[in-house]
Amino acid sequence: MITHDPLEERLRGTTTESSADLAAVLARADAGGLIDVAYATADSPVGRLLVAATPLGLVRLAFDREDDDEVLGQLAARVSPRVLEAPGRLDEVRRELDEYFAGGRDHFELPLDWRLSAGFRKTVLETLYADVDYGHTVSYLELATMVGNPKASRAVGTAMATNPIPIVVPCHRVLRTGGQLGGYGGGLPAKVKLLELERGHSVLF
Amino acid sequence: MNLPPFQQLLDAHGADLHRFCVAQAGPHQGADCFQEAVVSALRSYPDLLDDRNLRGWLFTIAHRKALDHHRATARRPVPVPDLPERGAMAATVDGELWGAVGRLPEKQRGAIALRYLGDLPYADIGVVLGCSEAAARQNVRAGLAALRQEVSP
Repeated sequence: MITHDPLEERLRGTTTESSADLAAVLARADAGGLIDVAYATADSPVGRLLVAATPLGLVRLAFDREDDDEVLGQLAARVSPRVLEAPGRLDEVRRELDEYFAGGRDHFELPLDWRLSAGFRKTVLETLYADVDYGHTVSYLELATMVGNPKASRAVGTAMATNPIPIVVPCHRVLRTGGQLGGYGGGLPAKVKLLELERGHSVLF
Repeated sequence: MNLPPFQQLLDAHGADLHRFCVAQAGPHQGADCFQEAVVSALRSYPDLLDDRNLRGWLFTIAHRKALDHHRATARRPVPVPDLPERGAMAATVDGELWGAVGRLPEKQRGAIALRYLGDLPYADIGVVLGCSEAAARQNVRAGLAALRQEVSP
C-alpha cells in the first residue's frame, strides 16, 4: 500500500518556469565562446534537416532518416561534447538553404568546417564542392579522374556515402557512368528531387 | 568514455535543476544561481573524467552556487525588502514551504531540496553534501520533522 504524505507531496509538487533562464544560459554560453557545436533543424522539400555548425562553419547536415541522437552523439565524440541547440547560430545556413531550395541560389557562400573528412575523401569532397557546378553532373569515374586517380572510383563512391555535409557539398551531382542514379544518403527520391530542382533552374544562372 | 551532447543533459535535468535553484535561493537569485551553475558546468564539461553520474555532477555544481547565494544573503546585516521578488515567489514556488526550508540548517536544507526537487538517491545526496549515505538519510528525516512543526498541514 502506498501512503501519501502531504508534506512530501507539497515539496515534490514545486514547479518553476525555466525557459527564460535557459534562453539566458544560451546567450551567456554563446557570448563566452562555450558553444563548440550549435545545431538547429530546417524544413526543406527533401524533409526535415538537422544542421550543425562550429565557430569555423557548417560541419554537418543530416537528413531526417538519420537518427538525431546518433548524429549529435557523433558530433559530441568527434568535435566536442559542448553541443547545444542554438538556432540563432544557424540563421545564415538556413537562409542559404531556403534560397537554394527556392531556386534562387546556385552556390553556397557560407563557411564550411571540413574536420569530419580527412585524406582522400576530403580531397574528393573539396574537388566536388569547388568544381562540379549547379545543374551539372559527373560520374564516379569522372570525379576520380578529376582528383588525379581514375582507378579510385570505388573510393570516390565511399567518399560520397560518407559526405558529412550533403546538399551543400553536392554529392547528389555524382551519378554512375551511363547516368544511372547510384546511391544517396538522403534516399534516392531526395537525390532525384535535388537534380530536378537544379535542372529546372539552371537556365536562370 | 563518450560524454553525451550537453543539450541532452539540459533536456533531461534542466527543469529539475531550475526548481532546485529557485527553491534554494529564491526566484531572482535562483535564476542567477541556475544560469551560473549551467554555464559553469558547460565550461568544465569537456574535462569531466567520470560520466557515470552526470545528474549528480550537475546538482553538485548547482548546490555549491546555491550555498554561495544563501551565504551572501545571510551575510547582509539587514534583510533587503524585495517586493517584486516576493511577488514572483508567490507566483512560482510555495513561499511558505520553501521559506521554512530556507531556515533549516544547511545540510538539512540541501538534503530536502536534493531529495524532493532533484529526486536524487540518498547515496548521491551524500556525494553532493559531502557526507555519508546514512547521514544524508538522517538529514532528510530531521528536515522533514522540523518542517512538520513549522508548516501548516
